[in-house]
Amino acid sequence: MANIKQIKNEYQEIVKSHSPKNKVMQNSLRAFWVGGIICTVGQGLSNLYMYYGLSKDDASMVATVSLVLLSAIFTAFNIYDNIGKYGGAGALIPITGFANSMVSAAMEYKKEGYIYGMGAKLFTIAGPVIVFGTIASVIIGIIYYFV
Amino acid sequence: MDMLMEYLKAFVVGGVICVLGQILLDKVKMTTGKIMVTFLLAGAFLTAIGLYQPLVDFAGTGATVPISGFGYALAKGAIEEVGKEGFMGAFTGGIKATAAGITAAIVFGYLAAVLSNPKSKS
Repeated sequence: MANIKQIKNEYQEIVKSHSPKNKVMQNSLRAFWVGGIICTVGQGLSNLYMYYGLSKDDASMVATVSLVLLSAIFTAFNIYDNIGKYGGAGALIPITGFANSMVSAAMEYKKEGYIYGMGAKLFTIAGPVIVFGTIASVIIGIIYYFV
Repeated sequence: MDMLMEYLKAFVVGGVICVLGQILLDKVKMTTGKIMVTFLLAGAFLTAIGLYQPLVDFAGTGATVPISGFGYALAKGAIEEVGKEGFMGAFTGGIKATAAGITAAIVFGYLAAVLSNPKSKS
């Protein structure tokens, strides 16, 4: 009996030593630098487009479009999923995470066809984002009209 | 040096916004969809009360690349369009300002999904 107890204790110690001590801290650090890098890449692209003569707003918009394209490509090659596993919210919060949510959901449901599978599942997460975003923009616009 | 500061600001502000998301993910156990909507609405709200624009001016893409920047673009678009076009601007401004991003996400997203296959879960 003592032996079993000892084994149990040893097991608990092994579990303890293998489970990360401060997971929130570690995840936050990862989210910080992954998210930071993605935003820095966006800044680099934006500066590049400004260098080629785009206005600041246009450059920022084209940079966003470029990030969306890059994210779609990275998702298609199953690379973005790994970035997401490592970076957590660092890969989720940037606009690349939004594009990733669309592509990966569509890929997942490819079997159900081009219309109800991919066409519909593209909006599993993007749908709510666009719905609430649009509603918010209309409400804000109306408030600004009357204020 | 200015250029370096610009990148550093984008990195730090973008990183901090993502850490806020990570805390919601780990501590509040929110789902990814809810986090995205929350950040989007927060960005739109902060823009409406005039707090997000200074952050964009300071951090550039560090504030516009996170999904809260999408909310910023929607709100800013609606506000500017109301100024130019009056009442109808509230209905056209948001989508107009974000049309490129939404269209890119739909077109590239669909194409990428058509041209690829999901990896079997290993």
